[in-house]
Amino acid sequence: MYVRQLELVDFRNYPRVAVDLEQGPCVFVGRNGQGKTNLVEALGYVATLGSHRVATDAPLVRVGAQRAVVRTAVVQDARELLIELSIEPGKANKARLGRSPVTRMRDVLGALRMVLFAPEDLALVRGDPSERRRYLDELLTLRQPRFAGVRADYDRVLKQRNALLRTSYLAKRGGGSRGDLSTLDVWDVHLAKYGAELLAGRLELVAALVPLVAKAYDAVSAGRGSAQLSYSASWTDDGSVAPLSVQNLEERLREALQASRASEVERGTTLVGPHRDDLTLTLGDVPAKGYASHGESWSYALALRLAAYDLLRSEGIEPVLALDDVFAELDAGRRERLAELVSDSSQTLVTCAVEADVPAALRGTRYEVGNGEVRRVG
Amino acid sequence: MYEGAIQDLIDELGRLPGVGPKSAQRIAFHVLSADAVDVKRLASALQRVKDLVKFCTSCYNVAESEQCRICRDPRRTNEVLCVVEEPKDVVAIERTGEFRGRYHVLGGAINPLEGVGPDNLKVRELMTRLSSGEVKELILATDPNTEGEATATYLALLVKPMGLHVTRLASGLPVGGDLEYADEITLGRAFEGRRAV
Repeated sequence: MYVRQLELVDFRNYPRVAVDLEQGPCVFVGRNGQGKTNLVEALGYVATLGSHRVATDAPLVRVGAQRAVVRTAVVQDARELLIELSIEPGKANKARLGRSPVTRMRDVLGALRMVLFAPEDLALVRGDPSERRRYLDELLTLRQPRFAGVRADYDRVLKQRNALLRTSYLAKRGGGSRGDLSTLDVWDVHLAKYGAELLAGRLELVAALVPLVAKAYDAVSAGRGSAQLSYSASWTDDGSVAPLSVQNLEERLREALQASRASEVERGTTLVGPHRDDLTLTLGDVPAKGYASHGESWSYALALRLAAYDLLRSEGIEPVLALDDVFAELDAGRRERLAELVSDSSQTLVTCAVEADVPAALRGTRYEVGNGEVRRVG
Repeated sequence: MYEGAIQDLIDELGRLPGVGPKSAQRIAFHVLSADAVDVKRLASALQRVKDLVKFCTSCYNVAESEQCRICRDPRRTNEVLCVVEEPKDVVAIERTGEFRGRYHVLGGAINPLEGVGPDNLKVRELMTRLSSGEVKELILATDPNTEGEATATYLALLVKPMGLHVTRLASGLPVGGDLEYADEITLGRAFEGRRAV
């Protein structure tokens, strides 16, 4: 798969820009603050329906404009698909696939498959568990779009259950009775049902990632240290979960909810479930978080993205790879090894401030970014 | 901002569901320019709906007398009871002409975010109705969303000891639709609920 064209209207700093892209490596060079990242961010938005930099849509729209439009032509198996997204903060976003509008935004997922590595990804190693859950769930949705629905259902049930616990908590603190918890059993049933589906998806995904992450880390770090990852559940004694069937997981979750009922009522929130789980990253014998150096953390984050890329690639549809501002952070050896790893990809988008940072193997089509324009220079 | 009565009317209209400030303004000026007779008729319709319409004492559907039209109908069976969220769901099911039993309108669904629990719904009334033992099958026809499903599960657990035949409306593919256009969740449910032919 590759992106043949990208057109932005009122997106970030661009009033209007259109770029024709080529297969293989495409390098965007420009000084800081010229809008290199904005280009890959726009494509990332098409792939995941979210920005990798900000949680809300407002910053994506050029100051003074009402809405931003991202139009892109994606080629897969020699067939071209047009995707158009219109982003309007405070309103529902709209999308078109081909020439026809889509009723559910979710249907756009999968039209462009992209793996994006950016400086923000350092948070995968150093940040909160929520970053790692997002990594897993985004990849899950890319592979099987139905998980977007499972995740949405789970979140809705969780919200309702939390509201119930919260009301009872406040009623009790106000000196009254415990409040009405008679429907808690019902929410347990539904939380366990959707939670088990999500869990089964994540566990399968982690199992598939383990060897790929180890391989990718080994490659970027030239054999210095071995990267291991495991899923840690918030609701088992030692955090481990055996890969069980969905039915079994549902039962286990329901038991865990029963067991923590008293403390949940006490604290007024849901303490058990995939929304509190984590992905434990270790380097050798020590956890990566807190122990790994800056360079090691960086390599680990990169390994996680490369593993995601490998996984999607092995399943048939080759995703587009985007490396945002990566090379400046790596030493010469790591740069060369990274370039080698991705040299046979169908399309790699690279952004950098200094072109000399990019290894020769990745110097394909070259674009200059500056003053709100993108110019092809070779 | 307008003065006096016209702004009052715009404000009142703006409180109605689905009516934004622009629509409220348009309706208000339409009323202003309409015939006095038409406006009187609208005003009295609004009055009468509050004065005359009551809730049926057995099923809690809207009615003009003690009991609604459906509960009064002697040709319908008491053995099948269909539980719905709103009176408009009754109308929807009646349009199919397939159902010959009675209804029970809950008046909503369990929704902790909105502060709606079983006590705010006609659940106790439902249990009283079921205790007579006349009902053989209970159909749970709440909406197929998070809140409707939770309400259905809640009722199913609640009536379990009574040994009733409890059913849930099937969810799946729309008639006349294309498989390829169905979303994964609907298609997944349709697979779950497939039947032998």
